[in-house]
Amino acid sequence: MSRASAAIVGIGHTAFARDLGQPERRTALAAIRAALDDAGLAPSDVDGLVRFDLETTSEVEVARNLGIPNLRFFAETGYGGGGGCAAVGLAAMAIATGRASVVVCWRARHRGSGGRPWAATGGRVGGDAQFSVPYGIVRPVDQIALLARRHMHEYGTTAEHFGAVAVACRKHASRNPHALMREPITLADHRASRFVCEPLRKLDCCLETDGGVAVVVTSRERARDLAQRPALVLAAAQGTGPEHYVMTSYHAPRPLATPSTWAARDLFAAAGVAPGDVDVAQIYDVFTPLVVFSLEEYGFCAAGEGGPFCEGGRIEWPDGALPVNTSGGGLSEAYLHGMNLVAEGVRQLRGASSSQVADAELCLVTSGAGVPTSALLLAAA
Amino acid sequence: MSASGAERPLPLPDADTAPYWEAAARGELALQRCDGCDAWRFPPRPGCPRCGSLASRWERASGRGTVWSFVVVHGPVLPAFAERVPFAVVLVELDEDPRLRVVGNLPGVAPARVRIGMRVEACFETVADGVALPQWRSAE
Ligand SMILES: [Zn+2]
Repeated sequence: MSRASAAIVGIGHTAFARDLGQPERRTALAAIRAALDDAGLAPSDVDGLVRFDLETTSEVEVARNLGIPNLRFFAETGYGGGGGCAAVGLAAMAIATGRASVVVCWRARHRGSGGRPWAATGGRVGGDAQFSVPYGIVRPVDQIALLARRHMHEYGTTAEHFGAVAVACRKHASRNPHALMREPITLADHRASRFVCEPLRKLDCCLETDGGVAVVVTSRERARDLAQRPALVLAAAQGTGPEHYVMTSYHAPRPLATPSTWAARDLFAAAGVAPGDVDVAQIYDVFTPLVVFSLEEYGFCAAGEGGPFCEGGRIEWPDGALPVNTSGGGLSEAYLHGMNLVAEGVRQLRGASSSQVADAELCLVTSGAGVPTSALLLAAA
Repeated sequence: MSASGAERPLPLPDADTAPYWEAAARGELALQRCDGCDAWRFPPRPGCPRCGSLASRWERASGRGTVWSFVVVHGPVLPAFAERVPFAVVLVELDEDPRLRVVGNLPGVAPARVRIGMRVEACFETVADGVALPQWRSAE
């Protein structure tokens, strides 16, 4: 763990709600402000920002509203929810190379009040979507359900396996006062929820959330003098795999091998640790099957065994072998393109989670698996 | 598109994809083949993922395949699809190469009858003046 040169030293978030009743940029600014306060840093200390490509608030808007005097480093990460861990990875690179000293990454999104992006689809559809939208593959859930069904066919994965992911996330959210959905659910509740796109049901889908999350990254040296126990950025990785089509990657040699397969390989190699060393994981959960896929791809079990891995409370706090999404994740805390998963990873390494894994020293955080993706290994200092 | 937004979304061809849709309008399933290595490819694109050649040609495909996966879409959906739900969407693996997987529907087949491994053959659904979608019907 000695090779880590950057650390996450601040985390902040707004309330998570269906409708925050304010412009998205106010949510972004509030989240960033909260993360800096948490770190014990001022806007004048910040010299770098990394934004998501889908973020509607620009870097200069953040800077001019918070009083950041100059941005020496600014960048954006692509592919929506695939880019959250990549943002932190970019920040860590900027710090390691001396391009910046304090970098903030954030995501503010008003998807609860702001409407469904796919609902704007209409007329003539170009690009990759011309081969799927005219047939009714329009929503993200449609796109991922095609892969989920095939996984069930090839490996015997069941709807109950997907349900176990939803139940675990809700159990963890029930302990998190900030989570949007806190009423515990059972496998029967999952089975009773309506189909959205068979084989997936409503409780297989993430929340529609208004909210913002930000994290502050600085050097390991500077972290020693700051307010919080740092979470070291042990490794970061990105991946696409071959012949990728965003959200409709059905044309690669093995469509069930999502970009996570490649990110995982580089991530563990860079960190010099094995999946068995991971104490707790925050796995991108826009839909429950992606957690099943990711457990396989990040090496916690063999291909095809991700479903059974989720049975019997194995991914639940406190007794599971690998507690997953300990704040409730995108399924039950908030769906903010995974930045809340990064924040929860940091909390675990501080010993500050509402579902704290005892002596957690190593946390995996992943980003969206149906798109070009990224991942982080965070370590306790 | 109507003011209500209720018309089905149609493909917007570009220089690389137009031959696919032009063939469909003639009632043919045509696919790209690489001039460098003869590999078939779909969706249409300028370069070959196997050998990197930018030279390609179009050839008529057999139109035979196997259902690789499928879903059954329920609401909420676009207004254009609202009257059809629940409806099935299939991903068909073509006989020419297992990497050729094409999204489509099985018009007239009840969703409960769709299964992975089902043998299908191409048919064509005219959805607007001069616009046809390659579709699928049971070949069993
Ligand atoms: Zn070729």
